[in-house]
Amino acid sequence: MLEIRNVYFRHQGNQDDILKEVDFRVRTGGMTTILGPNGSGKTTLFRCITGLWKPQRGDIVFGDRDISGISHAERAKIFAVVPQEHEPPFPYSVLDVVLMGRVSHVGLFASPSESDYQVAQEAIHTVGISRLSDRAYTKISGGERQLVLIARALSQEAPILLLDEPTSHLDFRNQVVVLKKVKEITREKGLTVLMTLHDPNLAMLFSDNVVVLNGGSVICTGSPNAVITEETMKMVYGIDVSLIPWNGTSVVYPRIDI
Amino acid sequence: MKRKPLLYLFIFISPVLAGWVALFVGAFSVSPVMVLKILFNEVMHSGLSDIPEKAIILDIRLPRVILAGLVGIALSGSGVTLQGIFRNPLVDPFILGISAGAALGCALSVGFFSHLPIQLMAFFFGILAVILTYTIGRTQGEVSRLPLILSGVIISSFFTAMVSIVKFLVDPHKLQSIVFWLMGSFSLADWKMVKIAGAGITAGLLPVLLMRWRLNAMSMGENEAKTLGVNVKRERIIFIAASSFAVSIAVSVSGIIGWVGLMVPHLVRMMTGPDHKSLVPLSMAGGAAFMIFADTIARSLTDFDIPVGIITAITGAPFFIYLLKRGGKESWGK
Repeated sequence: MLEIRNVYFRHQGNQDDILKEVDFRVRTGGMTTILGPNGSGKTTLFRCITGLWKPQRGDIVFGDRDISGISHAERAKIFAVVPQEHEPPFPYSVLDVVLMGRVSHVGLFASPSESDYQVAQEAIHTVGISRLSDRAYTKISGGERQLVLIARALSQEAPILLLDEPTSHLDFRNQVVVLKKVKEITREKGLTVLMTLHDPNLAMLFSDNVVVLNGGSVICTGSPNAVITEETMKMVYGIDVSLIPWNGTSVVYPRIDI
Repeated sequence: MKRKPLLYLFIFISPVLAGWVALFVGAFSVSPVMVLKILFNEVMHSGLSDIPEKAIILDIRLPRVILAGLVGIALSGSGVTLQGIFRNPLVDPFILGISAGAALGCALSVGFFSHLPIQLMAFFFGILAVILTYTIGRTQGEVSRLPLILSGVIISSFFTAMVSIVKFLVDPHKLQSIVFWLMGSFSLADWKMVKIAGAGITAGLLPVLLMRWRLNAMSMGENEAKTLGVNVKRERIIFIAASSFAVSIAVSVSGIIGWVGLMVPHLVRMMTGPDHKSLVPLSMAGGAAFMIFADTIARSLTDFDIPVGIITAITGAPFFIYLLKRGGKESWGK
């Protein structure tokens, strides 16, 4: 189990806390979404969990051990991070990119072994992009790139996947395709997913648990149906919405007067 | 990217081919077959009578060819490494100021501090230069392409100015050797230099060669490399120190030879793909072949022994312009 305990964060020389008393648990197995508007502290929280920034106060606990101070190599065996898709400076093949997930498993003075290649190939197969394996990562679509990064995270063989707004650069179709894939793989492999999203509808569709973040604090946590309500949406996003029941869940629909 | 065994093989044996050509081309003509005969006899220790060709091949041309090859390996190997860690296909030891820094170290050693080993002085100032370039070029935790190149220009010109001060103050006899050596040439090559360069460049590039695959992850950017489990700070220092060391040794035996570390990795990358696992050794082999070839042209094009640094600059500048134009606006961006 992953626990975020009472985390505070502010930038050096700054008076204002970006994160205040952030405290929640991520259940093992299933998908947890951190939902919040721009500037709510999602990215900051994400960076604290991935170890890129260090919180001033509070612990990040995995199992029963505080992991806020461990090395990046150790952390890479607990968390596999899927960054937002981007273009690297060199046109690596898809296989080369996925193989990078093995970097924490391969010795400092070694190159990947046959079994590392196998793990990478399997991850590519699991995500369903085997046909892209030899293509240049820079020459495929944004949705495909996001899938490659997910395959890379799988090849890390870590129990927790962290996805940083995996849908923000994607079109309508690819948002659904990518998240559906993540959900399938998580179920199949028994992985835990923690991701940030800013679309409440996607959070409603794809999460088992939602943490609503606003102004650097957790507003509420719980199942999507319990948390995504007209009141919290109004409070967090500042607009009136209607929840339209559909298929056991509901659709968040902005109320607008034109 | 599919592997291309034939192409790999060709690149790996290209230094040997270039070396063979370099041995029979020159002012004193020796037949290609005679070159092989002399080499074969030398290796087998079967005494060949002392013909003049033997001395020319073994004492003059062979050390020069091997030294050129070693320097080519150092420049190209460190070029591909620096391009990887700085995520910037437009840099090499020359552009980042390492060569100018190492040159200052050498000039100081030749001019004033002859009791300090020249290689050590070269390394100290070479690594100082690249650290300065990196510190100045880094803004908000990111190293963008243009600021890095600009700060390399600034640091290079600063260290070049310091070399000029040394030239101005030093006694005229020493001045001549500093000036000639700065132009970049292999004309003074002997077996002693080959030994120094061989040991130093091997020591410098061995860690790079062993850790080369990690350059793939490091070239994805600092944050991403960290989350993949790379100890970015430590590994970056190893890569920079190791490649600066190899370059400093190269500068101490041959002066400033620019552009090789930019051109060769680029050409190899275009032919075989960007995976550093194969790119690093292939770039080293390609660098050796290119350097031997350029030096052969330098000494046989005219009746004079033109400094090879001039030849590489003449080919390098248009190549850089081509890369910029081909890459369009993106080459200048992040």
